[in-house]
Amino acid sequence: MASHHDCWQCGTPDAGSLFCRYCNSLQAPTPDYYVFLGLPRRLAVDPAILQKQFYAMSRMLHPDRYTRRSEQEKRYSLEASSILNDAYRVLRDPIARAEYVLREAGFEIGEQRSKDVPPELLEEVFELNMALDELRAGDSEVLPQLQESRHNFKLMLARIDSVLEEHFQRHDGQQDVASRRAVLEQIRNVLHRRRYISNLVSEVDKQLSSRNA
Amino acid sequence: MGRGLDDVREEARLLPFQIAECSEQVIHLQLGERRLTPPEISAQVLRELKARAEAYLGEEVTQAVITVPAYYNDAQRQATKDAGRICGLEVLRLVNKPTAAALAYGLDKRKQGVVAVYDFGGGTFDISILRLHEGIFEVLATNGDTHLGGDDIDNLLLAIALEDIRTDWSQDLSSSGEAVQTIRRAVIDAKERLSFLPSTTIEFSWQGRAYQRQITRELFEQLIGGIVGRTLGPCRKALRDAGLEPEQIDEVVLVGGSTRIPLVRSSVEALFRAKPHTELNPDEVVALGAAVQAGILSGQVEDHLLLDVTPLSLGIETMGGVVSKLIHRNSTIPASATEVFTTSVDGQQNVLIHVLQGERELVKDCRSLARFDLKGIEPMPAGMPRIEVRFMIDANGILNVTARDTRGGKEQSVEVKPSYGLTDEQVEAMILESYDKAEEDFKARQVREARVEADTILAAVDKARSSAAWHDLDDSERAAVDLALNQLQMVYHGDDHNLIRGRIEQLDNATRKLAESMMNSAVRTALKGTKI
Repeated sequence: MASHHDCWQCGTPDAGSLFCRYCNSLQAPTPDYYVFLGLPRRLAVDPAILQKQFYAMSRMLHPDRYTRRSEQEKRYSLEASSILNDAYRVLRDPIARAEYVLREAGFEIGEQRSKDVPPELLEEVFELNMALDELRAGDSEVLPQLQESRHNFKLMLARIDSVLEEHFQRHDGQQDVASRRAVLEQIRNVLHRRRYISNLVSEVDKQLSSRNA
Repeated sequence: MGRGLDDVREEARLLPFQIAECSEQVIHLQLGERRLTPPEISAQVLRELKARAEAYLGEEVTQAVITVPAYYNDAQRQATKDAGRICGLEVLRLVNKPTAAALAYGLDKRKQGVVAVYDFGGGTFDISILRLHEGIFEVLATNGDTHLGGDDIDNLLLAIALEDIRTDWSQDLSSSGEAVQTIRRAVIDAKERLSFLPSTTIEFSWQGRAYQRQITRELFEQLIGGIVGRTLGPCRKALRDAGLEPEQIDEVVLVGGSTRIPLVRSSVEALFRAKPHTELNPDEVVALGAAVQAGILSGQVEDHLLLDVTPLSLGIETMGGVVSKLIHRNSTIPASATEVFTTSVDGQQNVLIHVLQGERELVKDCRSLARFDLKGIEPMPAGMPRIEVRFMIDANGILNVTARDTRGGKEQSVEVKPSYGLTDEQVEAMILESYDKAEEDFKARQVREARVEADTILAAVDKARSSAAWHDLDDSERAAVDLALNQLQMVYHGDDHNLIRGRIEQLDNATRKLAESMMNSAVRTALKGTKI
């Protein structure tokens, strides 16, 4: 991507992605999180390796290290650090990471789709909404029922997370772009379901905590 | 600082100064004839600190690292930076106080693990949770209250004393600035004594009448329970944002004078289930950390690095007065977000972006930071222009906005109107004014110093005129001394320090023989009675 460019400082062609390989000055950073961190484009990421890389690159790129450098390098350091921080924040969270890879691969992951109730959940969601309405109307007898469905949905989330985990492995194992896309497609559907359920859980949490308050 | 008129209306009634009328955008305080903004007053404090540092170091100080409460918003940070600029300091970095404390704390111990810094000072409360790992100080979460501190405790005690006086003396002293100041001093002393005594007396006298009231630590703790309790909510929120349970905190560090209060210590201990560290002086540890950060910035400290976060979410106003969040709270800074804007009317050339800070959903519940006006957009049908706006929170926690027309590729001009705070032009004007003032101040000081010197020699000559040595001088010598004396007295009250110094020198010359003769007679007196 942005790794093929001439050094702004000394003009060396194909200078390198972070520092010029000739004059060692800081270069314009690439916005691609994987390229930037020098990590293979995999969905399964080892958090320990990611953290190690984050700390090591922070030491090299943080603006604190560039207070006595040229204005251009100061700007690049600010830019590079903000990309590094964003990349770390996104890639350490499996959901945000998957969404990032999907978006980069051209998938649309809008909020709209997650408003449609997944068909297999129709009945349960219907009952949950009834209970929430009753709670809002002041009926506290539905509390145990709400607690239970909250628990059920939490279990569902945990199951979804392990399914995602498997998909991640499968995705990383595919060699060609087409098969990877096929897995990404599946992941997108799982994510929609997941977002739907997690929205439900936070709605229940909100109602429960506003009662306690 | 960095606050609007509505924020301080309540508080202003307790303050001994007036808010001037022209305070819509920036608060102005009316101090006699002068009107000053909080950054200008802060600049005066900084100027004094700068002078002291220069006196100690023996060289000019031009750059500084300044610490701020971690929960400070953008406007408060900007105001702090403005204050630095006004007094002629280049502010290299704003460091959050708890982070600075962690830096000082972790530095010599080479600590690893998760540390909570509880910073309860005079006016603000901060809690920060950090991971220390091989010299990296990574803030995981921060929370706080920029309006909670020891001052609130003082105000409680103050209110009690004023109420006593109202009933016992039938006097209302609450509107007398001087009386309130006297009582405030007394209650602060009592508060401080209660940190190591089980009971003490609040005492002072006002216009000959003595006030005394016994207060036990038990009663004191009942009084302040609510205030101390208010610090615990932010602590729990910070833990939640860091994704940690209290048991996962390895160490707790206390910062700020109010953490000397036993109830504060025991509350912190109960919450984090760990005995807090108190071995560092809570008043100095933050300054120590700032010094370390200055070392990092100047390249003298190489293996340490602070990774701090932004305390508040940043968003923009969208349809229906709703805030769309762009950068979430506790994001490591520098942090950035890009948003594409377009026009809604054919030929529209300006787009106004309203930036807000806060955690709530609606514009009215968040803090307005600034309005950015994208200007000079090429006239096109509605929805056609694509202006890419980049929001960047720098390492100081301050927002910078840049915009680019993605169709034309050219930089788009952005005009910033801070919601609360000084514009760049206003700061520039204050810098100029402070230069003028600095010259004035310097001159006044030199005149004062010259007069002090003149006082010394005038007193000495006065004394010499009644000594035996005076009579040893001949008439012309005495006349010369009198003339020089007169000439110094004539310029003494003028404001030309060079002239005063010149006349001092003349008098010094004219009295040389007199001084020698006095010296000799002193020696003779001293030798009298001594056998040689």
